[in-house]
Amino acid sequence: MSDFKMKDIEWAKINEDVLASLESPRKAFWIVLAVCFALVLCGVAAEIYQYNMGLGVALMNNPHYWQTYISNFVFWIGMSHSGTLLSAILLLTHADWRKPIYRFAEAMTFFSIATAAIFPVIHIGRVWDMYWVLPYPNQHAIWPNFRSPLLWDAFAITTYATSSALFLYIGMIPDLAICRDKAKGWRKKLYTAMSLGWMGRATEWIAFQKTYVLMACFLVPLAVSVHSIVASDFAMSIMPGWHVTSFPPYFVAGALYSGCAAIITLFVLLRYLFKFEAYMTPEIMDKTARLTFAIAMAWNFLNLSEYASIWYSHDMFEHEMLIDKFTGPYAGVVWTMLFCATVVPFAMAWKKVRVNMWAMFVISLLIQLGMWLERFQIVSPPLASNHEPWTQVVVWPGLVQMTITAASFGWFTMLFLIFCKVFPSVSMYEVKEMVYHRNKHGKQKLQDLDKIKDDMIKTEEGLS
Amino acid sequence: MSLSRMLENWSRLNQRDYYKDEPIMWGMSIDLNKCTGCASCVTACNAENNIPAVGKEKCGSGHTMSWMRIERYWDLPEGEADLAVEDSEYPERGAHFAPMMCQQCNHAPCEPVCPVAATYHTPDGLNAQVYNRCIGSRYCGTNCPFKVRYFNFFDYQEDIPHPMEMLLNPDITVRSKGVMEKCTFCVQRLRNAKGDQADKGIRGHVEDGAVQTACQQSCPTDAIVFGNLKDETSKVSHAWESHGVELNRHEQFNAEGERGYRVFEELNVEPSVMYLDRVRDTNA
Repeated sequence: MSDFKMKDIEWAKINEDVLASLESPRKAFWIVLAVCFALVLCGVAAEIYQYNMGLGVALMNNPHYWQTYISNFVFWIGMSHSGTLLSAILLLTHADWRKPIYRFAEAMTFFSIATAAIFPVIHIGRVWDMYWVLPYPNQHAIWPNFRSPLLWDAFAITTYATSSALFLYIGMIPDLAICRDKAKGWRKKLYTAMSLGWMGRATEWIAFQKTYVLMACFLVPLAVSVHSIVASDFAMSIMPGWHVTSFPPYFVAGALYSGCAAIITLFVLLRYLFKFEAYMTPEIMDKTARLTFAIAMAWNFLNLSEYASIWYSHDMFEHEMLIDKFTGPYAGVVWTMLFCATVVPFAMAWKKVRVNMWAMFVISLLIQLGMWLERFQIVSPPLASNHEPWTQVVVWPGLVQMTITAASFGWFTMLFLIFCKVFPSVSMYEVKEMVYHRNKHGKQKLQDLDKIKDDMIKTEEGLS
Repeated sequence: MSLSRMLENWSRLNQRDYYKDEPIMWGMSIDLNKCTGCASCVTACNAENNIPAVGKEKCGSGHTMSWMRIERYWDLPEGEADLAVEDSEYPERGAHFAPMMCQQCNHAPCEPVCPVAATYHTPDGLNAQVYNRCIGSRYCGTNCPFKVRYFNFFDYQEDIPHPMEMLLNPDITVRSKGVMEKCTFCVQRLRNAKGDQADKGIRGHVEDGAVQTACQQSCPTDAIVFGNLKDETSKVSHAWESHGVELNRHEQFNAEGERGYRVFEELNVEPSVMYLDRVRDTNA
């Protein structure tokens, strides 16, 4: 506990600092926002072009039906998982170092789902009939196909998006009340409406805590099931390279991994843009990096076990596919992925690296690149090396696909930054709670230690 | 399918051979010994089914739409699969042609994965594709081991110059962009034949030879045989029987002189199309 320097922050200062972040970010904030907005505009232009011309302009072709739209979908769904990990799992395990950073992680969860949800829409051929995947009463008297993993996706995404938005919102209510008390103008109206008349009474706090823990308990299994369902998109098919039973845990581990990397990236970004140096300390970065390292090892284990189970199997097609992955046309992608996601995390073994913001920023970006390529190498190479030798077609994503991919990053960052500008991105009440507990228990613990020491000395004296 | 109907018919739904009692199951047999690779089946299919000619450029970028394709394979010495054709020992034997189209699998991998149930199995053994229902998720295509589904990446029909649209077959729809399509065993002909029989008062039976698929009709060497597999007197049943091919098997046990097989049987997808292996003179 002593590795925390947060004891010095006064309660009133916490409010001031966090509220200040809503008013005066650094100039770089506006630059980043403008760049993101420009990217989104490019993406919208690309999508309009694709919508009018047909999906062929994305350079996918007949046997190679799926590409970056699906890998982006998996990537963004995956990224949303770490928000839940940080806020829900660490809440249930009482890891209180999460408190200054969990709010933005939750926001990340919600906005990455919002980004992921766009990709099925961009991906499908007839966007205007997208609503047919929902089981609504209709005059055709026809249901969607409940056996299809894509339908499960539709359910999983809507459930996860709703509950993570609720979780984010509920956790924010006490803070919104603080904002309401200080704000003026449109913000006053917004916060008044959103804080639901929070007065800070004891009964309110009890109800609040119960709801929050209940939501956390609900979210943890939900998050695991959501990415397992996304993994089923592949695992339920009969394609070599997709038909892998270990995909659900592998996807969940990969999701947590890329999500943790995203948390580190946003950690550094927010710390700089909103001047949160006193809250997002190197010590917390150290803990986050350790967590990321542990998850990286879990992911690597599952990755290797997938290769091993294919290598020692007798499935000729899977075997060929695996060899083709490492030596074929997509070998560059696979090797870059292995470098970024397997080799790079070992840099986090050194404490000097773990507490260095810029080093961690670079590492987290590399890991995310690796994890994006991981999704790409799950989707594309099997389509270029499948059962039918006649249709093994190598296709690289073209300009349209890459523009939309870049735009998705812009879209996510834009939404995220706007959120941080409008809502408190550091949880004020939880940080206060943490400071309180730290001060109280910290002192008590020291006294206890002294007492034990004294006791031991006395017994030793008695023995001699 | 409503829940009550599902519950009522639960035992029937769980039946292994769901369409066992249906009078018709369409099937095909293709003799690779007879196939010369002339591609007239491809042309006939394109004409019959309103398949767009995509042009040189789009063909190059892989947007070809032909439901039927002639696959060409070269015989290479055992264990030397990576050898270039010119370096092979037997270039003089020529290539080996395999017409490949939708195999109308009875355990079709494309069917369960469609989110909107746009592809389903008809009682007469066809793997039907409902263009109106298709939203273009392309999951069926990725899950098809034969890769015989074709997606409309562009609105090809808009490019047809004016009087040429008169060439389109009025019996079948013209597909728009964003829709998956594939071989239907010329379902419009099958429906017509069934309708004709029904007019005569015969239900559930179509005489052998009363209906031909476009590819079968145009094949100069009669390599393609099409008909009702449930009818024991039909040509196609005879071909299946005489070459030792049976349904519900993932490996055929051919006796001497029998050369029937189905493609990727080990995947247990139960294709309705049987191929007859090409016999090679290995001493040539």
